[in-house]
Amino acid sequence: MNALKIVRIAAWSAIAIITAALLVVLLNPRPPESSGTAAIGGPFRLAAHDGRVVSAESLKGQPFALFFGFTHCPDVCPTSMLEITNDLNALGPLARDFRVYFVTVDPARDTAELLKDYLGSFDPRIVGLVPSGEAELAGIARAFRAIYRKVETPSGYTMDHTASIYLMDAKGAFFGTLDSRERPHDRQAKLRRLLARK
Amino acid sequence: MSARLLAACAAFLALLGFAGPGLAQDYQIGDLKIAQPWARATPSGAKVAGGFMTIRNTGNLADRLVGGSAAPAGLFEIHEMRMEGSVMRMRALEKGLEIAPGQSVTLRPGGFHVMFLDLKSPLREGERVKGTLVFERAGTIEVEFRVEARGAMGTHAGHAP
Repeated sequence: MNALKIVRIAAWSAIAIITAALLVVLLNPRPPESSGTAAIGGPFRLAAHDGRVVSAESLKGQPFALFFGFTHCPDVCPTSMLEITNDLNALGPLARDFRVYFVTVDPARDTAELLKDYLGSFDPRIVGLVPSGEAELAGIARAFRAIYRKVETPSGYTMDHTASIYLMDAKGAFFGTLDSRERPHDRQAKLRRLLARK
Repeated sequence: MSARLLAACAAFLALLGFAGPGLAQDYQIGDLKIAQPWARATPSGAKVAGGFMTIRNTGNLADRLVGGSAAPAGLFEIHEMRMEGSVMRMRALEKGLEIAPGQSVTLRPGGFHVMFLDLKSPLREGERVKGTLVFERAGTIEVEFRVEARGAMGTHAGHAP
């Protein structure tokens, strides 16, 4: 065997190995991270506007709702909070212990104090959650598969964000979402089903 | 006789429309007609609010809403909001909002709006907020934004003048 032949065999072997590796990476379907409804939700632990700490663990046994928003939001956030305020009132005593968590995607501007003031304009069952920084915010957003993004404007910035209200059951499992485009009757029926589920 | 009665009724209704308490006004500057600017009452502590209206261009040349002001706001921008699936996206329209000749553009919740930023005081339902609108061609006009309830959709303000 001459040196040229050895080099040629080595080169072809290397190409074969790289091709095989690429094929494995490209064609092998990634196993689903988890299936169906279990994918949304997960552990989190955040400071609430009233100074308490709220975690997925502390919410076990109680269905709850969760919304990503920010106070420098002219339309979708106040409208969503007004709608859920109306829904909670329409449900009466059934929703007495129900809580809606408003997670700010703008913790740089939304302090606990500001959230408390802001949410004071809505139902007292709406509780503000303030991530302590980017890591906590990214963590809960990832858990709920929510999107948020800072967008520059001439005078500063605004935030793009997922605007659905997540409904979680008493076991901490994802139950569904509420959307502004749904009729109040349908939203409230959904909330009743959630509250009836034990 | 009946024509006169009709005219009288029309005049009376017009009077109600323009002078009635609580109704936002219509404005005209150059070829532009601006129907019923309004804004939504803000939650406590909110630093921003959206302003809405319908602008109709009756002329032959395009114009552009490029700026303005509102008394309680430190800053004023023109934005577009849209929903992509469940994600709310907001953009500042840095070149302003074009109103093509013969067309009307409605600024409404969920779409185009003027953004009041750095609010010094909350907007309260029933108030009127003094402000201006600045158009590239037509110039600057003073307007009043009527403050409607939180969550108002401005259905009565949705039609062109």
